[in-house]
Amino acid sequence: MEAPQKKIPADSVGLVAPQKLHFSEPLPLRSGRTIDQYDLMVETYGTLNSDASNGILICHALSGDHHAAGYYDAGNPKEKPGWWDYCIGPGKPFDTNRFFVVCLNNLGGCAGSTGPSSLNPETGKPFGPDFPIITVRDWVLSQARLADRLGIRQWAAVIGGSLGGMQVMRWAISHPERLRHALIIAAAPKLSAQNIAFNEVARQSIMSDPDFHQGRYYDFNTYPQKGVMLARMVGHITYLSDTLLREKFGKGAGENFGRDLRGGKLSFGFDVDFQIQSYLQYKGESFSKNFDANTYLLVTKTLDYFDPTVDYDGNLSKAFDKSACKFLVVSFSSDWRFPPERSREIVDALLQAKKDVSYLEIEAAEGHDSFLLPIPRYMKALQAYMNRVANECEGGKV
Amino acid sequence: MLRADLQLIQDWIAPHSRVLDLGCGDGSFLAHLKTTRQIRDYGLEIDTANIQLCLEAGVNVLEQNMDKGLKNFGTGSFDTVILAHTLQALHRPDEIVDEMLRVGKNGILTFPNFAYWRHRLSLLTGGRMPKSPQLPYEWYDTPNLHHCTISDFDELCRLKNIKVLHRTVVDDSQHSSPLMRLCPNFFGINAIYHITR
Repeated sequence: MEAPQKKIPADSVGLVAPQKLHFSEPLPLRSGRTIDQYDLMVETYGTLNSDASNGILICHALSGDHHAAGYYDAGNPKEKPGWWDYCIGPGKPFDTNRFFVVCLNNLGGCAGSTGPSSLNPETGKPFGPDFPIITVRDWVLSQARLADRLGIRQWAAVIGGSLGGMQVMRWAISHPERLRHALIIAAAPKLSAQNIAFNEVARQSIMSDPDFHQGRYYDFNTYPQKGVMLARMVGHITYLSDTLLREKFGKGAGENFGRDLRGGKLSFGFDVDFQIQSYLQYKGESFSKNFDANTYLLVTKTLDYFDPTVDYDGNLSKAFDKSACKFLVVSFSSDWRFPPERSREIVDALLQAKKDVSYLEIEAAEGHDSFLLPIPRYMKALQAYMNRVANECEGGKV
Repeated sequence: MLRADLQLIQDWIAPHSRVLDLGCGDGSFLAHLKTTRQIRDYGLEIDTANIQLCLEAGVNVLEQNMDKGLKNFGTGSFDTVILAHTLQALHRPDEIVDEMLRVGKNGILTFPNFAYWRHRLSLLTGGRMPKSPQLPYEWYDTPNLHHCTISDFDELCRLKNIKVLHRTVVDDSQHSSPLMRLCPNFFGINAIYHITR
């Protein structure tokens, strides 16, 4: 019997395959350490034009990877497409008929690029806690080398949400001649104390798991799954909004603030009573099965350390002084992780630096996660902005 | 086709200047000035449909409510700040005028003259709030909070030591006439001011 074939939507990039690229030139890191050689997992969609002017780089957030769009397995009808499939594809905002779209798993990740779970060639064992702390600046340098490898001197646009947006800022600051447009979505110029506090809870959850073994759990053939699950549960709460949770779990009678019960009555015990509890546990658990604990620790540090003003006396507009690209900054009304005020800090710095910038504050109930969702006004805005970027690439009227 | 009042305004905008348009609408005026005057363009807008049109037109648009102030704009960071047909709809028109002239070296603003003779006549004879093509709203459902007259605005400029570089008073087709020039506060329908400190 033939395997069931899934229907791939017409506006999908279809079946895709990642490629692993090896880099043997040592990468100097912000910490002072060096990675001698590394692999990057990369996916591309669309075709690079003859003058290599239509490349766009997609930067992923905390838990993302190189698989931003399309499918791997034609025989699996249950497979979900890549994490930003709403935006990438023929006729979509990042139109693969017009752009050559590049997405990679960042260094330190756990989806195929070199990271803590990779084998350390010096010891023959996984790096674990010996893997250096990577900063956004280091990521962007590795992405610039990827651009060199692909023959892309200048990106038409560099695009990212959340931690991805921070990489976009770093591109505009460190490699100003290498991009024409910067799309910074649901980001912040640096983490607040509250943001760092949530990251600290996540790290403590992982590091206090008895299976963590100071990060050398690979050697013990175990994995701190409970710790990663707790870390993700805390993180997940910060990605959603109170309004969304009320709607999602408040389908019961009247205004019950999202307190829908799971079994219909209270248990008077410490088991799951409310639907939000089982939802959060499910989310945490499924994440913990597919994500490396050391990568999670590492990336929370990358977030904490991000501060593009560090070489500019703490002045963000000074940091943007040499940027030559145009900017689009987008925030979402219910995002309390990186709320609109944080995006406005970026916008104000850009205005002060006399840069071209547009700013949108999208009304949305879905919290920080809004940036991943097909919110109509957001999609239309991206489409309009990127249409002009594509026209520029095609030498048309802009 | 450029609206006739905007046609008048554009002559006051220097080539290659930095222009901030408060309530920039669909961005067509800024887009036009980009072509004709090679300006650096920025528009403030809160209407989402207009913001979308600005993105399509390729002008820099910022989703920001000017009624909450312009504190994020540096002093003297623009050459010209424009406020077209919005003054009367703001909570504190006097404060926005101050802000326009802090942020910009000069300001251009337009508003409907409440003392236009037809408005006066309708109040005098009908005893009702005037309605006209310029003031089409019912008194209870209008964006306009602070109507003013040309004499009122002249007085505000005097109190604030604002210099009026140009003042043009026009009808709905944006034409002036000898009568309007003779008695602007009686015959003028729309006022256009070019001001500085």
